[in-house]
Amino acid sequence: MTAITATQATSRTSRRARNRARELTGKAGWTVLGWVVGIAFFLPVLWMVITAFKPESAAETWPPKFVFTPTLAQFRLVFSGMGPFLEHSIIATVGSTILVLLLAIPAAYALAIRPVKHWRDGLFFFISTKMLPIVAAIGPLYVIALKTHLLDSIWVLIILYTAMNLPLAIWMIRSFMLEVPTEMLEAARLDGAGRVREIVEVIMPVVIPGIVSTALICVIFAWNELFLAINLTVTNAATMPMFLISSVPQEGLYIAHLSAAATIASVPVILVGWIAQRSLVRGLSMGAIK
Amino acid sequence: MAAVNYMAASRVYAKSTPPAVDALDLDIKDGEFMVLVGPSGSGKTTALRMLAGLEPLDGGRIEIAGRDVSDVQPKDRDIAMVFQNYALYPSKTVAENMGFALKMQHVPKDERNRRVREAARILNLDESMLSRKPKQLSGGQRQRVAMGRAIVREPKVFLMDEPLSNLDAKLRVQTRSQIAELQRRLGITTVYVTHDQVEAMTMGHRVAVLSDGKLQQCASPRELYDNPVNQFVAGFIGSPAMNLQTAPLTDGGATLAGTVIPLTAPVRAAAARDQLSEIVLGIRPEHMHLADAARYPGAAAQDGAGLAELTGEVLLVEELGADALLHVRLAGGDPVVARAEGRKPPGPGTRVTFRVDPADVFAFHPVTGARLAG
Repeated sequence: MTAITATQATSRTSRRARNRARELTGKAGWTVLGWVVGIAFFLPVLWMVITAFKPESAAETWPPKFVFTPTLAQFRLVFSGMGPFLEHSIIATVGSTILVLLLAIPAAYALAIRPVKHWRDGLFFFISTKMLPIVAAIGPLYVIALKTHLLDSIWVLIILYTAMNLPLAIWMIRSFMLEVPTEMLEAARLDGAGRVREIVEVIMPVVIPGIVSTALICVIFAWNELFLAINLTVTNAATMPMFLISSVPQEGLYIAHLSAAATIASVPVILVGWIAQRSLVRGLSMGAIK
Repeated sequence: MAAVNYMAASRVYAKSTPPAVDALDLDIKDGEFMVLVGPSGSGKTTALRMLAGLEPLDGGRIEIAGRDVSDVQPKDRDIAMVFQNYALYPSKTVAENMGFALKMQHVPKDERNRRVREAARILNLDESMLSRKPKQLSGGQRQRVAMGRAIVREPKVFLMDEPLSNLDAKLRVQTRSQIAELQRRLGITTVYVTHDQVEAMTMGHRVAVLSDGKLQQCASPRELYDNPVNQFVAGFIGSPAMNLQTAPLTDGGATLAGTVIPLTAPVRAAAARDQLSEIVLGIRPEHMHLADAARYPGAAAQDGAGLAELTGEVLLVEELGADALLHVRLAGGDPVVARAEGRKPPGPGTRVTFRVDPADVFAFHPVTGARLAG
């Protein structure tokens, strides 16, 4: 009797141990998978950064060299020619993002807080502008830019980047504004807040994380934009992505140089994303979680 | 200080649906605490929002202090509202929340601060709390800030939309008496919406009972309890709810659980006029007295003269401490609830006899629900 109980107890214990072992292996399995996927995504970036520090001669060997004398020569070279491109990128990005916010906030208000007549159609119209392939529009855009003497001017990029990001920004900010409790808006009405006060003092503080994340996404999209820039500008408004392409020479080795340029071009985006991580995550998930 | 008058005020949300508020006529006196009560969908909140100016009127009009405000902006109606979820501004401090309306009215800062402090004092809000954000406050404190925001404005009318429903039970009872006391002290006309009939009865000078957008009855709590005009009001006011049973008419009364309950001559006349064969009888749980005084303390000690006797079997006993609620199946099969003394209630399965004074029995029209005059 005792023996049986003991055996049962042992088997129970061992079963429990087995279960726990299985659970742990399962957990470990997921962890390993997570790391593998993470590294797979990160590896090209790492390769880019490492290559940026190589001398050109060491950059294109196969298999890749991991032992080499790091050099800042490529960066020095990049910095020497980057100035105007960086400046144009900053102006086009910041300028267009500010314009986008100035237009998108009132637009979102008119679509969310006090919906105008046919707000559904308006909403659909905004997003429908993103459905047309930009390649289809580039011809007319070029002609218009030419006729208005905006070709190769920073203004053409500011205007087009604003147009490019506006639909997305309106949709995002609208969804954040929908989260503002109706009662709070009614309380503001009873308290006598006019429309401007209502937006500035009541709505904005609630939706500011959403606005920040919207702004960041606009910054990233504008910063990385290449197609419009390459077709509508030459030198007076050429941006960082164009600088990357221009650092590919007609002949000779260029991988290390390109990597250095790409690394520098990525820094602002990564930095902006990292600084605003929390607000970005909160902003992007605001619609999902109450 | 102002009277409020609803004059055939209506609100229709969509053409195909019945009105949310249907030609409401209600006169609220200066300084009165008026409670609008009703089940959800009865139109009580809509009626309040019409007064606030948050809902347009589709018919009739509303006057505050004799001025037609039907087309006046909410901010110009000289009212203040306390919302169910308080609707405080999360980014503003308590003081800024309370002073926001005054800031909008361009009241100088010193005056604003003075009035915020005064309101905080009235509500027993700590000075240190004024600089906090709503997030850092407990539910009860938030509720008081919401009250404070209304008080600071010194309005003609307070509007309150279920301001206690987000508090826990104990705090709700406490706050209930505080609000009633505060209203009495400030003497400001108050319209208070609730679905809780206990809140309505304990707080209101008068209570307006609404159902399906229509005003059923507006009277003092006592009058509502003693003289409900119809079956709806009778069933809604009082806790536990009145027992309502359909009973066939017989000579001189109506038969319930095999017992003839005598009806007064006017009731019989009214039933005869409408050619009714049955009526709805209403008996409040507290008017069902246990007959056996020897066994059950507090049971009716009177002799049974003139009283109707109802017998039944106890199914379930809900002990409330001071009282016990007996769920009883009467001899005829009808379930009823009776209130008994809490110390020694009859247990489940016991056969019991109740005595009911016919004067305590209400009679209602089985179709229209109207009270048959007693």
